[in-house]
Amino acid sequence: MSQIWLVPAFPLLGFLLNGFLGKRFGTRFVTFVGPLAIALSFAQSLVLFFQMLEAEGNVLKEHLYTWIASGNFEAGINFQVDQLTGLYLLVITGVGFLIHVYSVGYMDGESGYYRFFAYLNLFVFFMLILVLADSFLLMFVGWEGVGLCSYLLIGYYFEKDSAAEAAKKAFLFNRIGDFGVLSAVMLIFLAFGSIEFATINAEASTQLEYGGALVTAITLLLFLGATGKSAQIPLYVWLPDAMEGPTPVSALIHAATMVTAGLYMVARLSHLFVLAPFTMNVIAVVGTATALLAATIAVTQTDIKRVLAYSTVSQLGYMFLAMGVGAFGAGVFHVMTHAFFKALLFLGSGSVILAVHHEQDMRKMGALKNKLPITYMTMLLGTFAISGIPFFSGFFSKDEILWKAYSSPLGSPWLWGVGFLTAGLTAFYMFRMIYLTFHGESRVDSHTAEHVRESPLSMTIPLMILAALAVTGGFFGVPHVFHVIPNGMENYFQGFFAEIPSGHGSVSMEWTLMAFSVAFALLAWFFASRLYHSGFDLAAGLRNKWETLYQLSLNKWYVDELYNTLIIQPGRLFSTHVLWRLFDQNVIDRAVNTTADIARMVGNSIRPLQNGLTQNYALIFTLGTFLIIWFVT
Amino acid sequence: MIPVEHILLLSAALFTIGVLGVMLRRNVIVIFMSIELMLNAVNLSFVTFSRGMDSMTGVIFIFFIIVVAAAEAVVGLSIILSIFRTRKTLNIDEFNILKW
Amino acid sequence: MLIIFYIFAVLSIFGALGVLFLRNPIHCALSLVGTFFCLGAIYVMLNAEFVAVIQVLVYAGAIMVLFLFVLMLLSSKDTDQYANKWPIGKILAGLLSFGIFVQIASLFTAGELQLGPKGAYPLEVVEEVGSIALIGRLLFTDYILSFEIIAVLLLVAVIGAVVIAKRRFE
Repeated sequence: MSQIWLVPAFPLLGFLLNGFLGKRFGTRFVTFVGPLAIALSFAQSLVLFFQMLEAEGNVLKEHLYTWIASGNFEAGINFQVDQLTGLYLLVITGVGFLIHVYSVGYMDGESGYYRFFAYLNLFVFFMLILVLADSFLLMFVGWEGVGLCSYLLIGYYFEKDSAAEAAKKAFLFNRIGDFGVLSAVMLIFLAFGSIEFATINAEASTQLEYGGALVTAITLLLFLGATGKSAQIPLYVWLPDAMEGPTPVSALIHAATMVTAGLYMVARLSHLFVLAPFTMNVIAVVGTATALLAATIAVTQTDIKRVLAYSTVSQLGYMFLAMGVGAFGAGVFHVMTHAFFKALLFLGSGSVILAVHHEQDMRKMGALKNKLPITYMTMLLGTFAISGIPFFSGFFSKDEILWKAYSSPLGSPWLWGVGFLTAGLTAFYMFRMIYLTFHGESRVDSHTAEHVRESPLSMTIPLMILAALAVTGGFFGVPHVFHVIPNGMENYFQGFFAEIPSGHGSVSMEWTLMAFSVAFALLAWFFASRLYHSGFDLAAGLRNKWETLYQLSLNKWYVDELYNTLIIQPGRLFSTHVLWRLFDQNVIDRAVNTTADIARMVGNSIRPLQNGLTQNYALIFTLGTFLIIWFVT
Repeated sequence: MIPVEHILLLSAALFTIGVLGVMLRRNVIVIFMSIELMLNAVNLSFVTFSRGMDSMTGVIFIFFIIVVAAAEAVVGLSIILSIFRTRKTLNIDEFNILKW
Repeated sequence: MLIIFYIFAVLSIFGALGVLFLRNPIHCALSLVGTFFCLGAIYVMLNAEFVAVIQVLVYAGAIMVLFLFVLMLLSSKDTDQYANKWPIGKILAGLLSFGIFVQIASLFTAGELQLGPKGAYPLEVVEEVGSIALIGRLLFTDYILSFEIIAVLLLVAVIGAVVIAKRRFE
């Protein structure tokens, strides 16, 4: 048997051991158990992956336990591994393992060391449940579970106000998304009488009308859930704040795995989504808009982790763009490559932050490249990958998405144009980050500067492995146009996703667009080097020239303030004056008090009966006996 | 042979007197005795039915009832004893603190 | 035979009335003992010798002696008075008791008394084997579980009585 349950069982065991015994057994125990649990899980995932490739129909199923059986509704704890799950499994456990190892070095000496690893293991457990589930109900368990772990880990430094606030914010924004998912699941149950993915995908085209209102509603609601979890407009604002958590958390949860859960759900139900062209357009437009918006914000941020956070939002936008134009395979491919290079970049930034004693402001860094050679090299490779420099992983996946955005029947030149612009911005802000952090003159304060040294091996080895993956990861899915090696990704997902009619556009067009985007990325690199490599006169000049734009970007387009004025403040006023003062005090409180008053009145009126005289009770008792005998005879 | 009805009548009469005793007497111990009287009235009807129906069950029952009565008397009297220690009286009307 | 029964019946009712009306609790107790003896005699007439014996030994002997002991122990000055408060209560009590008596009595005097199917122990069998032997056999076979439970109950009662009646040293 395939023993799928082992995959989530190891992290769960790790969580229990770390959570309950970690404090008593100390750091070495936790260091041993935490990463080992994920390593075992990774090994089992590898085994399953190859079993799945061999298996009939490329799918492994396992029934563990019947959870709910009610009428014709049945929900079990069933696991399945197919192409999509297999890929996610490898990414989650593989990248997850590297990040666990990295955390050993990064979290060294923290007081809540065991707590950190317990949460991290729990997170991996829930994430695995999410991707292994074969029906919505179990997936939702994982979906909520990762949300919970995200909350716990963002608020890891809970004694810090900002961290606690950020955790709450993330939780609340995810709740809005959950509303969408739950509503969609109910609608799906009404439409299909089942919430199993296999049934939904198989029967979608027969049960639901193409472009009909029901399927559009379902998919839009699902997408609302996806925007919450995967940080898209309008619910993206929690992700940048989530950087309050420790850096490995940002790398694992808020870059590589959890935030791609929304994409996972869309990809999982691709057969449903293609039935709703309107939703697909919405997804594409929202994805593109998010990508551009986040990229414009990232350009001016000074906190190294915030740059990466906005970059993540932007890249997620790309993936949704891919989904929206029907290029599910390309989207998932980008999920994978993004997991490699973004985890790498986050971990690299963590290494930098640790080196300069928890300083995250890039204005106080600079000239670190000689002191942190490994971090510098790996981050540079990651930057190449994300910027789309040819033959690095990001190049292939991003190019595939842009080409599909242009050529797919659901795509349009406009989408390509915005994506193209975003790609340039991405290259610009990423190189800006590299230059500000590693080049130029040192702006680290002199006291700290003496102590800057490269991170320990437990941190640099994961960095190097991830760098290798970020460089080579793209060769799994080289686009057709290169004719060098077959497109592995496309073969891998053969027949898995819903097919959409093949696009227009010639090979020469694809070459042209690719050349454009590469040229643009190189140009952006050049600009970044001019502006930030040495001296900031030019940058300052530009800033003064476009002060308004600069302020807009620096303040994140005032979206948080906008939400505050439009939603939170009216909500608070409404709650205070209508719900509290009017409804709560006048209706609910009054109802409660009246109930109590009635009870007291009744009690007062029959209280004399209880006069404490035993013989009175005996008298009444006898009366009762008398009446009973009377009625019985 | 004694008519069953007559014995039952005697049993009912004893029972009623017991009930009256519980409701009218003020001395706790006398009330207790009245309860014993009621138990005995029931015992009498058990024996009567047992004989009338050619069955031994009623007699076995009495055995148990007597044991329960003994247990009850022991516990009840010890409760009375400890109440008397604090209240210095056996008048049941004085035992009236358990009320609203 | 019947005459003897009536004599004992009347005596036992007198004893019971004694409990109800005598002022002194000691007299009440003695009157109750008398009633128990009369009932024991009636049990003998009903061929329930074993019950008769334990009636006299346990009830009239042990339990009533316990009552008397407690009465002596708690020599209460207040001779029991029929309280004069709330006479309506008393009248009501009398009426109710009488009502119950009438109801019960009318159950088996209104018509022919139906006793249901006969059991396995008619008079001849009981006389042949003996009432005590029969009870013993039944107690240790069919009713063994109840017997064990009642034993435990008795133990609990004994311990409970000791705990409750014990003086508490503070």
